[in-house]
Amino acid sequence: MARSRRRFLQQAAAALVPAAVRPQSDRSQTAVGPQSDLSQTPHSAYTVERPGSDFMVDVLKSLGFEYVAANPGSSFRGLHESIINYGGNASPELLTCCHEESSVAMAHGYAKIEGKPMMVMAHGTVGLQHASMAIYNAYADRVPVYIVLGNILDANFRRSVVEWTHSVQDAASMVRDYTKWDDAPVSLAHFAASAVRAYKIAMTPAMGPVVLVADATLQEEPIPEHDRGTLRVPKLSAVAPPSADSDAINKVARMLVAAEHPVIVAGRAARTPKGVDLLVELAELLQAPVHDRPFRFRMNFPTRHPLYGVGAIADGDVVLGLEVGDFWQATHAQTPVNRTGMESRPTTKSGAKLITISSADLVSKSNYQDLGPYADVDLAVAADAEASLPALIEACRKLITADRKRVFDERGRRFADESARSAQATLDEAAWGWDASPITTARLSAEIWDAVKKEDWSLVSDVTFLSYWPTRLWDFQKHYHYIGGQGAYGIGYGAPAAVGAALANRRHGRLTVNIQCDGDLNYAPGVLWTAAHHKIPLLTIMHNNRAYHQERMYVHDMAARAERGIDRANIGTAITDPNIDYAALAKAYGVYGVGPIENPKDLGPAIRRAIEVVKKGEPALVDVVTQPR
Amino acid sequence: MFKIVLAIGVLALAQAAPPGDLENGRRLFVKDGCYECHGYAGQGGRDGARLAKTTMPQASFVRYVRRPSGAMPAFTQKVLSDQELSDVYAFLKSLPAAKPAAEIPLLKNSRQR
Repeated sequence: MARSRRRFLQQAAAALVPAAVRPQSDRSQTAVGPQSDLSQTPHSAYTVERPGSDFMVDVLKSLGFEYVAANPGSSFRGLHESIINYGGNASPELLTCCHEESSVAMAHGYAKIEGKPMMVMAHGTVGLQHASMAIYNAYADRVPVYIVLGNILDANFRRSVVEWTHSVQDAASMVRDYTKWDDAPVSLAHFAASAVRAYKIAMTPAMGPVVLVADATLQEEPIPEHDRGTLRVPKLSAVAPPSADSDAINKVARMLVAAEHPVIVAGRAARTPKGVDLLVELAELLQAPVHDRPFRFRMNFPTRHPLYGVGAIADGDVVLGLEVGDFWQATHAQTPVNRTGMESRPTTKSGAKLITISSADLVSKSNYQDLGPYADVDLAVAADAEASLPALIEACRKLITADRKRVFDERGRRFADESARSAQATLDEAAWGWDASPITTARLSAEIWDAVKKEDWSLVSDVTFLSYWPTRLWDFQKHYHYIGGQGAYGIGYGAPAAVGAALANRRHGRLTVNIQCDGDLNYAPGVLWTAAHHKIPLLTIMHNNRAYHQERMYVHDMAARAERGIDRANIGTAITDPNIDYAALAKAYGVYGVGPIENPKDLGPAIRRAIEVVKKGEPALVDVVTQPR
Repeated sequence: MFKIVLAIGVLALAQAAPPGDLENGRRLFVKDGCYECHGYAGQGGRDGARLAKTTMPQASFVRYVRRPSGAMPAFTQKVLSDQELSDVYAFLKSLPAAKPAAEIPLLKNSRQR
């Protein structure tokens, strides 16, 4: 049925094309004018009953998507139309995005708050090219993102050279190195099975982005008659995350309980709120400190807990890494002889036993090197850390004797004393440069904290470029209090991920805070418009150091090594002359904007005014001129 | 023997250190990019130690800048003269000390909900 209709349409279209634009060889054969044919053209030539994209929406709805982020594109116009009309623009609701990188990064931020993927639609060619860096970020950050690509595989279905240009034989190949799975279904039944499979794969630890190609012919042609009685939406199977086997668990427990100074290093350990509770339970049971530097990937452990960040990884005689993206970096230092990475030394003491529990060991790809240096550990447990923690806690509990408990309690008292001293030292350190302009990142963080601490807040931006001040000064307790950073350090993630996270926080009534680096915002600032358009409440505080500062430091390093021009590292790294007016930029996109604020005394009142706007359900931006780090 | 040589060397460096020009040091601290890691106020941060009101002796300061042990690049005589380092050192010594956190309400109250 579908094929015959398509042949009819092609014939009708050929008849309607004016002779002047047809190939010369074709002109002599057609003498009939278009008008004479129109009266004979059947209704079905102009319309489509039950397009395949309606069935695709049935499938996608079954997966529970709340939102689909997209910059509109012709290769998925059928699906777009079905979502808004057949699907009623609800579950999923379309989010209008100004850049495909924003679409994916929004989904990335959303998933880290909500714990499930957002759907993204993009062209299989130019849209995916825009989206690719954000997909790599999500992949490296182990975050599920569900990407549906439009493509017109059948050359006879392409309307113009534009559609030829926007078509590709193997759309997903561009991102196959950094997605978990992809498929290009050739029938609606195939689409249904692969759509559900893709969701299942994305959500199985180690999680990651998946790609499904929605062929335009399948979208736009009617559901074949012979399929109408048989097409079904497959059931989404619940997947139990992979936990460690009992032998491994018992071995790890014995090492931890026997250790004099066990240390836990947490990367992406807590996938859910329960993960935080479990990690606290394990740490308290052993009175073992928990570290999460150098990169804070997730909210794993309460930052004011007496076991947070005390002692040193180097002190550990047993070091347990839980979903640490780069365990090698957590246990090594680079020498000054070659800071670029060729010379290094372990920071752990000789004889220390190293253990990892990581689902990253279950997913391996070769080309992109996000896997980090090889860590030669004593025991690598390939399993999801959060799923493994209950058994590990139980195994430890069984092994702890009264004598060991006394040792643990004494250890805990030492750490509690150290934690109290460290907290005071942190406050004293924050006071340096307190009244300086540009405003210090410590002052910035303290001012924001003072304004939000009585709210149900959620910080959705990375703290690395802020010298970690928020996680040092604020009281992080809940899973949504922090979601980490980019994953692959691809800049341009911050603003859209914050908007996506704020969207997820919206229905929980949380105050979402984004401390936004200036360089990052300039990749695709149109996401501010998306936030305004969809009324996504989000407090954005600019960390406006007017530079691509990380790169400036690298260039400075290179200049010092070359013994020349150390005063020229600003060339190519400065974002000045002119300074960017971020308040005006925000206003242009329909967002409340204020600043630039250079006097630290003006900061607190400006933040409070912006929070009032956010509480009305809108985004707001405060531009703050800051110190570099 | 090595220690004696080193001590003499350090002493000689300290004795040889020219007096610093605070204002030139302030200018160089920004122009030559010291602020990038240590902050405009010398407050320090993720990438560099606090230098404001440094208690480090000038000789140690110079020695560290020439042969750093951490992630800091080495700044040789060719790009930063001894005189310029003295100027920077004078600037760092001139920076105000921080108020105690207890005297800053925002910090004092930061652990209260």
